[in-house]
Amino acid sequence: MKKQSLVLVVIAAIVVIAGIFFITNQNIQKDVSDDQKKIGFIYIGPPGDHGWTYMHDVGRQYLEKELGDSVSTTYIENVPENADAVRSIRKLAESGHDLIFTTSFNYMDQTLEVASEFPDVKFEHATGFKRADNVSTYSARFYEGRTVIGHIAGKMTETNTIGYIVSFPIPEVIRGINAFYLAASKVNPDVKIKIIWVYSWYDPGKEADAANTLINQGADIIVQHTDSYAPCQAAEKAGVLAFGQASNQEAFCPNAHMTAIEDIWGPYYAAKAQAVVDGTWSSEDTWQGFKDGMVEMSPYNEKLLSSDLIAEAKAIEEGIENGTIHSFEGPIYNQAGELVVKEGEVADDGMLASMMFYVQGIDGEVPQ
Amino acid sequence: MNIELIIGILNIVLISTTPLVFAGLGELVTEKSGVLNLGLEGLMLVGAVTGFITLVLTGNYFYSLILSIISGVILSGIFAFLVLNLMTNQIATGLALTIFGIGLSAMLGKKFSGTPIEGLSPYYFIIISFLLVFSVSYFLSKTKSGLIVRAVGENHNSAYALGYNVIKTRYLTIIFGGVMSSLAGYYISICYAPMWQEGMTAGRGWIALALVVFATWKPWRLLVGAYIFGGVAIMQMNLQAFGVELPGQFFNMMPYIATLIVLVFISSNKVRLKLSAPSCLNIPYEKNS
Repeated sequence: MKKQSLVLVVIAAIVVIAGIFFITNQNIQKDVSDDQKKIGFIYIGPPGDHGWTYMHDVGRQYLEKELGDSVSTTYIENVPENADAVRSIRKLAESGHDLIFTTSFNYMDQTLEVASEFPDVKFEHATGFKRADNVSTYSARFYEGRTVIGHIAGKMTETNTIGYIVSFPIPEVIRGINAFYLAASKVNPDVKIKIIWVYSWYDPGKEADAANTLINQGADIIVQHTDSYAPCQAAEKAGVLAFGQASNQEAFCPNAHMTAIEDIWGPYYAAKAQAVVDGTWSSEDTWQGFKDGMVEMSPYNEKLLSSDLIAEAKAIEEGIENGTIHSFEGPIYNQAGELVVKEGEVADDGMLASMMFYVQGIDGEVPQ
Repeated sequence: MNIELIIGILNIVLISTTPLVFAGLGELVTEKSGVLNLGLEGLMLVGAVTGFITLVLTGNYFYSLILSIISGVILSGIFAFLVLNLMTNQIATGLALTIFGIGLSAMLGKKFSGTPIEGLSPYYFIIISFLLVFSVSYFLSKTKSGLIVRAVGENHNSAYALGYNVIKTRYLTIIFGGVMSSLAGYYISICYAPMWQEGMTAGRGWIALALVVFATWKPWRLLVGAYIFGGVAIMQMNLQAFGVELPGQFFNMMPYIATLIVLVFISSNKVRLKLSAPSCLNIPYEKNS
């Protein structure tokens, strides 16, 4: 009898705790007003990751501020990139949302599936390539920022060795490596990049190991295409330089952080939400960079970079903005020595979107 | 290859392997007494987040370490109560503990993720990890209490008949395992990568579990195994950076494959299996049976 009541108490406690979790995790804010447009967001991680999801959440807050009372926003965080995503997206669609942003590549099919069930709801899928009448896609030209940091790295390295930590071999990442190397080798033909694939977007321990390994092998600048700020911290500790990823990470590594490539989603989110309010929304594909402000550089660290170099970096930003500079200007050769972009031409978006080869000068092969 | 490079590599191996040694060693003792605790990942995360939060709030490393340890005592105490007193299924309860720990740590740490902290030197913990392996090995093989732990794990009914308190012994070993897991978590969020972010242990609890089987429940083998796992991971990074192409995904699953091979090897022979695994592992103990 005593044992039974004990079991009941434990079960009751578990149910209560689980209930609290369920409520706090879902973060669904109910809204009463009818004329407001409801905008929903699906996040792959927590807004506190100080990387990818964090910047999407900054964009959401910007949207709310810009549009004020004409909209209300909702988000669901930590939505896995599997069939579960359908449930979360559908939940937003069913609860009367007018516009839903799904902010990770592998929500692609799930977004389209729910979109076909709710033709009146508009969907926006980040970094994808499949569209429908009520599904737009959008992404940012992060590689333009890689051109700027490549230039800085080429000028700043003393060992001519740059460590580059990467997640998965997908076109976005390969494109970043190439853009970085092209810019770095342009100002410093002796520069070598050492690449470590960690096969994870997010594993602070492993990212730190990779950074330490690269530093140990003589890299004096650490570049990353993973989501935590562990590499920058490791660089700070070892007394070498680094670039932040996705958001300004200077607070975590003030003596290593030269600048960061920031993803700025706010203006785009505000514009699309405004289009829904005005009834002018249409399905389209958006790929923007410096010019439209979707990619920005964090403030250059004046303690580490000379004013001349900062001026050069800003000139590259400006050049990319007004079209006089392109990250992929010919002649560009692949590793086999074949000309892939002719002199006087630039790589087109089709080539960029499917880029799965290294340019000439990078050692090693793209993992298959 | 010069000597500095090699020392550098060894240094990274030491730093990255230590959490596996802590968590694995705790689980080894727990399993030696016949209890399988699959909750390591959850325990590590809660240990990591409580240590981190305490450090942010108080700025005191000692308090943060103590609180992290207390979190391990409480969580593993709950686990012990469930599996020992209420005799719940150990596997299900352990999995629940992992899921609970992942959620709880995320909830607790929400406001603190992204707070910069000053990390602690990992070298104290590395030294402690070696001392602990030595102590546990000595304890299990040379002391009477260690013999009791093993007796309880091998045959709890006989141990009970000899007058030993099975439940109490298991409580102690489970809590020891919990404390070691939270130490591993503390090390990760305070020394290894000084930060808090959700799920930052990234599966190391599962590798530690595999490690115990890989080590066939022997502390020194566990140490060697941990350094093999850690060393291979760091070596493949070094080879990559030297431009040698390797299938990285393969190396990520290496610990599990190695464990599977050991499992196949020890279970191919009944005697060998008996000599390795505690006979009462994962078997609930009912006092009055």
